[in-house]
Amino acid sequence: MATRLQYENNSEIGVFSKLTNAYCLVAIGGSENFYSTFEAELADVIPVVKTSIAGTRIIGRLCAGNKNGLLLPHNTTDQELQHLRNSLPDSVVVQRIDERLSALGNCIACNDHVALTHPDLDRETEEMIADVLGVEVFRQTVAGNILVGSYCALSNRGGLVHPHTSIEDLDELSTLLQVPLVAGTVNRGSEVIAAGLTVNDWTAFCGSDTTATELSVLESVFKLREAQPSAIVDEMRKSLIDTYV
Amino acid sequence: MEEPLDLTVTFSDQTLSSTAFAIHLQFEPPLSSLFLKFFTQSPPEYSTFSLTMEQDSGMFTVQSTIGSVLCCKCGILMQPNAANMCAKCLRSEIDITEGLQKSVTIIHCPECDTYLQPPRTWIKANLESKELLTFCVKKLKNLNTVRLVHAEFIWTEPHSKRIKVKLKVQKEVLNGAVLEQAFTVEYTVLDQMCDSCSRVQANPDQWVAAVQLRQHVSHRRTFFYLEQLILKHDAAKHAIRIQQMDQGIDFFFGKRSHALKFVDFVGKVSPVRSRNDKQLVSFDSKSNDYNYKYTFSVEISPVCREDLICLPPKLVNSLGNLGPIVLCTKVTNSIALLDPFTLRHCFLDADQYWRTSFKALLSSRQLVEYVVLDVEPVSSEVTVGGSRYILADAQVARVSDFGKNDTIFNVRTHLGHILNPGDNALGYDLYSANSNDIELDKYKGFSIPDVILVKKSYEERRQKKRGKARTWKLKSLNMEVDSTARGYNEEKISSEYEQFLRDLEENPDMRFNLSLYRNKEYQPSEMASSVADGDELPSIPLDELLADLDLSDVESNDDDSMAE
Repeated sequence: MATRLQYENNSEIGVFSKLTNAYCLVAIGGSENFYSTFEAELADVIPVVKTSIAGTRIIGRLCAGNKNGLLLPHNTTDQELQHLRNSLPDSVVVQRIDERLSALGNCIACNDHVALTHPDLDRETEEMIADVLGVEVFRQTVAGNILVGSYCALSNRGGLVHPHTSIEDLDELSTLLQVPLVAGTVNRGSEVIAAGLTVNDWTAFCGSDTTATELSVLESVFKLREAQPSAIVDEMRKSLIDTYV
Repeated sequence: MEEPLDLTVTFSDQTLSSTAFAIHLQFEPPLSSLFLKFFTQSPPEYSTFSLTMEQDSGMFTVQSTIGSVLCCKCGILMQPNAANMCAKCLRSEIDITEGLQKSVTIIHCPECDTYLQPPRTWIKANLESKELLTFCVKKLKNLNTVRLVHAEFIWTEPHSKRIKVKLKVQKEVLNGAVLEQAFTVEYTVLDQMCDSCSRVQANPDQWVAAVQLRQHVSHRRTFFYLEQLILKHDAAKHAIRIQQMDQGIDFFFGKRSHALKFVDFVGKVSPVRSRNDKQLVSFDSKSNDYNYKYTFSVEISPVCREDLICLPPKLVNSLGNLGPIVLCTKVTNSIALLDPFTLRHCFLDADQYWRTSFKALLSSRQLVEYVVLDVEPVSSEVTVGGSRYILADAQVARVSDFGKNDTIFNVRTHLGHILNPGDNALGYDLYSANSNDIELDKYKGFSIPDVILVKKSYEERRQKKRGKARTWKLKSLNMEVDSTARGYNEEKISSEYEQFLRDLEENPDMRFNLSLYRNKEYQPSEMASSVADGDELPSIPLDELLADLDLSDVESNDDDSMAE
C-alpha cells in the first residue's frame, strides 16, 4: 500500500527520504512525525536511518542507491559516511563518489538491476554505479529531461515516469528496465515524480497532495496491492479452493 | 439561453513535436462557455536545439506519439498538459474571472445620451458603439490582473436599461497553463441627468452669460445681415435663447466660453467694441466655488453701408486729407470709406474707428430719388476695394421736382459706370438738408456739394414686380420678439427687411458671405417672362442658391428651431 505523508508541511517527500528494498533513509527534521510514519511501515523489515547528507536535509536528491549499495556525493562529510556505514546492513556497500554532479538522486534512477543515468555523468562514475549498485547502466532521458532521477520512480516491479513521455519512449525504457512503465503524475498533477514519491518493491510513500486517482495508478503500476498480506491470503485461498474443488 | 458549451483544449508539447492538438468536448447546459488553452512554457534549450537540428538537416526524426495520462483529479484518460488535469477539473478548480466585476452600474444622461466617466466627464456614445464598449471595459476594476482578448456586446432591449458585454480573458494558472474563459458583465444603466441637462431641464432660461449686441441706429439692417452671417457660421448654436431688443439682439448662453466665442465671432465680422461685467450669484466659501453671471455688452459701430459721413478733422489729417465728406461703401470688421469726388478710399478697423467714433451725417433712410439727365465720364475705370467705379459729372434733378420746376444739379459722382441718362439714382440731398453736424461745422469755408449720389435706383422696375415671390429665401434665427417693447414697429421692420432683401439682390459681394436657399414655392409665371423688360432687374442667379436639406421627418424639427 502507498502511504500519503508530508515533511514539515511539504508534499515533496521524495526529496527528504530515500527508500530501497534494504534500507530507508529519512532526513533529520523538526518533527518526529515524518520519521515515525516510515518507522511504522518498515521498522520490522528494514532499518530506517535518520541522517543528513552534506549537512542538508535533501537527502533523497543527493544520494542514489538500491539494495546492493548506496552512492553518496563527494561533499558528504566523513561523519555522515561513517554513520551510514554503521547504520546500514553489512551487505549494503556505502560509497562516496567523486562526481561533479553532486545531486546523485536527480541524476540516477535505479532499481536493483538497472540504472538510468544523466547523459553527462563521468565514465568513472558510471563504472562506480555499475560496481557498487550491481546494475546495468544506461544513459537516458525521460520525456526530453536529462534529470532522469527526478522524473521517474522505479522499483523491481514497475515504474512511473514523466507524464509527457511518448509511447515510443515508454516502450524503449521498459525494454531497458524489463519492468512495466506508466506515464503519470503525483502530488495533484506534479510531473516531478521522484520528488513526490519514494518506492520499493512492497511499499510506497507519496506526498499528501497525491489524489486517489494518482494513488491508484501508482499502486497498480508498482503492484503494491499484491504485496499486502491480505492479497497473499486471497491468493492462497484461491488455490486452496481450487484444490478442494 | 440553452446553448451547448464549447470547450476547447489545445496544447503543444515541446518534447514530442510542435504539433498542437485540440479536443473539442461538448457539454450540455452551462451558462457560460469556457475556453482552455495550454501553452507549454519555455521548453528546455536542449530539446529545441536537437529538434531544430533534425528538422534543418532533414535527418531522420524519431516518431513520437503522445501518450495519455489519467487526469489527476477525476481519472479520465487525457492528453498530458501543463496542469495534468482535464479541462473540466481545471475549470472546477480555478475560476480566473474570480475577483472581476460581473455587474456594474453606469450613469447615463437620457437627455443628451452621454455616460458619466467619473468624476465629471460625460462621454457621448451610442448603444453598441465602439466608444461605449471602450467605456464599459474601462469601467471594470481589476481587469489588469488578466489579459483581455475579446469583448463584444450581447444585444439587449434598449429599454431594459441593461448593457451586456461578453469578455474573453486569459490568465496563467498552475505551472504555466494559460486558461481562457469567457464571461458576461451586466451593466445596469442608471438614468441621471448631467449638469447641463438638469440645468436646462429645471429652467431652460437659466443662462450664465448674456451677450447684448447693440447698434445705436434707427434701422435694423445690420442685424438682418448679421443674422444671416450667424446662421451661415452656426455661431449661435449654443445660445439658449435669443431675444430681439430695441436697437439690438440679446443672446443668452449656458456657458461663459460659448458667449466668449460668440463675441469673438461678432468681432470678426463687424467693427465692435465690447466690455463685460459679472455679477456674483452665489458662492461657497468652503470649496471656494464662485458662481457668476456674465454680461457682455457688444456695441457695433453706428456707421452703416451707404451712410454719408463727415470725418472729424483729426481723422482727415491722419488719413492724408481724405474727404471730409465720404461715403461708407462696406462694413466688415473694418469700415471702407470712399470719397465720391476723388475716388480715394481707406479702411478703418475697429480700433481706429472707436478712437474717433464719428457718426453718420445722413443715413440711407434719407436717400432721395433723382433722375439722371446727363452723364459724362471724367476718369477711366478705377477699382476701389474690389468694386469698380468711374468718376463722372452728372446732371440730375429730383424726381419730386420733375415737371414742377427746373432745378437741376450738376454733381460729380463715382457711379459713372452704371448711370446712364434717364436712369433713376438715389442720393443725399444736401441742398435741402438741414444738417447740424458738429464735425461739419468745424470745416470753415468748406463748400458742401448739393447732391451726393449713392446708388442706382431700381424702384421703377421693381414696381412692376411688386407682390411676386422671390426665387430665393433666407433662413432666420429663432428669435423671441417682445411686441410690447418700446420702439417696436412691425411694419417698419418688415419694410426694412424688404429693403435688405433688395440690397442682397443688388450687391453680389454682400451676399457672398451668406447662404441663400431656393424657394420651393416659387413658380415662374409665364406672364412675367413674356414681358420684355429691356434692362433686367438685378436678381440672384440660380446657381448661387443652396437647396434646402429636406428630410421629411427631420425638417419638422428643423423648422421649429429655424423659423423661415
